[in-house]
Amino acid sequence: MTRAYVSGDMASVALGADEVAAALAARGVEVVRTGSRGLFSIEPLIEIDTAEGRIAYGPVEANEIDAVLDGTHASRIGRIEDHPFFAPQQRFTFARCGVIDPLSLDDYAAHGGWQALDKARALTPQAVVDEVKASGLRGRGGAGFPTGIKWQTVLDTRSPEKFIVCNADEGDSGTFADRMLMEGDPFCLIEGMAIAAHAVGAGHGFIYIRSEYPFAIRVMQAAITRAAPRIAPFALEVRVGAGAYVCGEETALLDSIEGKRGQVRAKPPLPAIEGLFGRPTVINNVLSLAAVPFIVAEGAQAYQAVGFGRSRGTMPIQLAGNVRNGGLFEAGFGITLGELVNDIGGGTETGRPVKAVQVGGPLGAYFPPAMFDLPFDYEAFAAAGGLIGHAGITVFDDTVDMAHMARFAMEFCAHESCGKCTPCRIGAVRGMETIDRIVGGGRQPGGLEAMPQMRNAAARPRDRAAEIALLRDLCDTMKFGSLCALGGFTPYPVLSALDHFPQDFDQPATAQAAE
Amino acid sequence: MTPNETAPPDTAYADAATRLLRGRPATRDALLPLLHALQDEFGYIADAMIPVVAAALNLSRADVHGVVTFYHDFRRAPAGAHVVRLCRAESCQARGAATIERIATQRLGVTMGATSADGRVTVEPVYCLGLCATGPNALVDGRPVSRLDAAKLERIAAEVLA
Repeated sequence: MTRAYVSGDMASVALGADEVAAALAARGVEVVRTGSRGLFSIEPLIEIDTAEGRIAYGPVEANEIDAVLDGTHASRIGRIEDHPFFAPQQRFTFARCGVIDPLSLDDYAAHGGWQALDKARALTPQAVVDEVKASGLRGRGGAGFPTGIKWQTVLDTRSPEKFIVCNADEGDSGTFADRMLMEGDPFCLIEGMAIAAHAVGAGHGFIYIRSEYPFAIRVMQAAITRAAPRIAPFALEVRVGAGAYVCGEETALLDSIEGKRGQVRAKPPLPAIEGLFGRPTVINNVLSLAAVPFIVAEGAQAYQAVGFGRSRGTMPIQLAGNVRNGGLFEAGFGITLGELVNDIGGGTETGRPVKAVQVGGPLGAYFPPAMFDLPFDYEAFAAAGGLIGHAGITVFDDTVDMAHMARFAMEFCAHESCGKCTPCRIGAVRGMETIDRIVGGGRQPGGLEAMPQMRNAAARPRDRAAEIALLRDLCDTMKFGSLCALGGFTPYPVLSALDHFPQDFDQPATAQAAE
Repeated sequence: MTPNETAPPDTAYADAATRLLRGRPATRDALLPLLHALQDEFGYIADAMIPVVAAALNLSRADVHGVVTFYHDFRRAPAGAHVVRLCRAESCQARGAATIERIATQRLGVTMGATSADGRVTVEPVYCLGLCATGPNALVDGRPVSRLDAAKLERIAAEVLA
């Protein structure tokens, strides 16, 4: 019987993979549902088991199955490993994603699964922490804090109870690596968490998944049930978010698991010392924890050997938005933004010139093509006034109005602010208003200034330059005065739009287009 | 028809809360899972549920109210028979989500965030479904749809307005 592989990833299903799988099954083909390989311009993708290996066809419609089965379909790709999008990748974390049946323990074990856990459990906790430290792994959620140091703090803190928490509240637009990994290789995350538990002495773990990821929730829950005997005595459970972006912030996430409003905590105390339920807690992003099995199995040196500067190992980079070859590209740090957007991404899908890319989600900076020689590296991006964040790159063509995007950043912050600190809660609203006035050309003194109580209010009109100065001042307050990255980083998209695309603020985009 | 006429009596909520909490300690951290489960069962978090949940978990009503109103997912009123969630985040914007939103709300005859007068359909914003390379995206009654265009919207409209 012919065997075919079709992705069951949420993005593949959104493009029609279920219909394709059903059509294959109707012809008597044995269909294995996998995760996604990670290139969405070729989805829905079918891989057929043949003597020469897995031969891929994509994109394929459900009514084109016969041409795939007789090998005549025009979208024949050949072996995925040889495809130009996949050949240059270094898949450490995503090695199994798209290859195996995500819920098959046999598949996982046959592809190197559990080796790292067995190896780690034969070592002392300190030896495991040392290995993670030596790998140079830094938090993949965005902050880039060394994972091994965090684990050391939890290991060194004495407590009758410790926790491992996985932050799978991947709310940044332009990012989907956490989702793909949980749907395509859930045991890898479970193994990483079990290793962390051994390394710090934790007995219980939580995976906090956003409710917008119903597929990931389902796959993770099923995987935990199947893996429970393998990871015992460590126990894991899934907690489902409830639509609050700010719960991706680690302390808000902990409060949310505790059943509270997802409000940010002041630090210190660090979660590593007083985290979930007041206990020492390792809280790491999905990608950080999922990198651990490779590090332990292959050795820190193998991971550390790849990278750039102080950014070691690989980063699963996500190409998103208006890009021709959108998807997941795992590569060592150091690759430039231009290589990613133009060479690998293939430019915009609309075929128009790239005007801007936003790196790192709604809180990341917008960069113009003039800065495309930036290497993908935590320090290089910070020096350029931006951040890598969760390594999502959203591409925009020349029809985008950057003043609108700057306003959207403030609007999003206002919508999602947890309300605990003033710079974020009030600043985001004032930011929207100020951008509106910049675009509108300034402000005349209105009724408010004329009131007798407003003795100190400026009575003269504010021109655009004065409004821009006000916005910069406000961004300064938000950046340094906010409790967490939501208010603190919203100035990145706003100021980068203002700095790199000032013309969009001078004149509405509609007027520019009319010229 | 007011919500009160259709709402089950409080004992139904209390019974449900007891049943949904079975097998787990009635501690504060059960609050979000319980609210999710109640919403799955009844479609929304009714005002009358709040004292029931508070009593079940030994919390104040204000505490429960605070949590319910904090999270965007919890509805305070029933949704339409069909729920269309349209992504509004940056990656979908870069791929024309604003146009799709305009066409969709017009075709379905409902403004963003509202339920149609006949109760057939609710259209809501969502900020990222993680399908960012193939937008504009939507969740139609929980089913993901990518690369939304006028033709796909027409099929969705035919389905939810049928």
